[in-house]
Amino acid sequence: MARITAGVGSSHVPLLGVAADTGKDRDDYFAPIFNGFDWTREWIAQEKPDVVILVFNDHASAFDMKIVPTFAIGCGDRYKPADEGWGPRKVPEVEGHADLAWHIAQSLILDEFDMTIINEMDVDHGLTVPLTMMFGAPDAWPVKVVPLAVNVVTYPVPTGNRCWALGEAIARAVASFPEDLNVQIWGTGGMSHQLQGQRAGLINAEWDNRFLDAMVGDSDAARWIPHIEYLRETGSEGIEMVMWLIMRGALGPATRMLHRHYHVPCSNTAIGHIVLEPAT
Amino acid sequence: MTAVQPTADIHAYLAELEDIPGTRVFTAARARKGYWINQFAMSLMTPENRARFKADEDAYYAEWLLGEDAKAALRARDYNALLDLGGNIYFLAKLFSTDGFSFAQAVSTMTGMSFAEYQAMMLAGGRSAEGNRSIRENAAKGAK
Repeated sequence: MARITAGVGSSHVPLLGVAADTGKDRDDYFAPIFNGFDWTREWIAQEKPDVVILVFNDHASAFDMKIVPTFAIGCGDRYKPADEGWGPRKVPEVEGHADLAWHIAQSLILDEFDMTIINEMDVDHGLTVPLTMMFGAPDAWPVKVVPLAVNVVTYPVPTGNRCWALGEAIARAVASFPEDLNVQIWGTGGMSHQLQGQRAGLINAEWDNRFLDAMVGDSDAARWIPHIEYLRETGSEGIEMVMWLIMRGALGPATRMLHRHYHVPCSNTAIGHIVLEPAT
Repeated sequence: MTAVQPTADIHAYLAELEDIPGTRVFTAARARKGYWINQFAMSLMTPENRARFKADEDAYYAEWLLGEDAKAALRARDYNALLDLGGNIYFLAKLFSTDGFSFAQAVSTMTGMSFAEYQAMMLAGGRSAEGNRSIRENAAKGAK
């Protein structure tokens, strides 16, 4: 049977993709960020997951304002990097796992999560930057990906509680997939940042670190954080952290932390990542 | 982190979103108002459209259902005005990317700081949440 063996929470700042693609990833500015992923790259090379369920948000790339799905799952065979206004990133195409994705989609719908199904889409930095951070610059990504896109742009975005519950349902769906697969789930986005208005540049390291603390152990306090708290404390784009709760929910009642890293700044944003495994 | 149930009162929820200083949360009201600004910006995701836009901005704007206020704000690259008109930063990113601006450069123009000042603030740990959480709270403090 398929099983979720680990979860990763990670920022997905587009500038990290630019840094990696232009060979600046170990310069004075970016080294403190990329060095924080060295441990994680070694770990994942050992773990060799077959599939990553990659929770991300589309930044007005695949979806425009015509259609705004709250939760959408990619059931296609492959996804091209999106042109976000400066040409597509020159990174490998992302290979899907259509069998697992369709299984999860069907299971979730019967479990009363009314998913939108995506057969074709281009994937933007929200999905490709975490792959770069975890795997560097290989000729082909060493993992298949089930993209799970969450609306965190147009309000109301889903509640933390709903995200957590979706994660729990994803874990049930994966557990009923007959093939023996090593599956990871990644929640991406955050941490504190605000990209708009006079308050842009807001960073709240103290709050971010409390959020990282809350991912570890058997507390479910984070699922009850209201939207307004993310907005006030972590900036308007800090709301992306609700996507980490899907990852956390999928890991079950308790987690153990394997690695954690935090750095300010990257461009406008606080960078954080955490590696977790279910604690049984 | 406060452990509370999410609000079921849509009016109270939306009122809170308007209580954050220097911030326009992308609510349904803004999404409706700025629909064509955002759809226009999306169109700049192909090299062909970027080339046409750069060749003649006004002719390109004329293809979209944009008001004069929106066109003026777009011409001026006045991102705060565009937010007020319902623009969203992820859509507007297509415009500043077409101009060759980075996220940080474009974002700094909304803060009243120079790019150098903004970068220095970020390197020093960013803008504090202190005093930036609530319009209501700031007004109450100011009144004391």
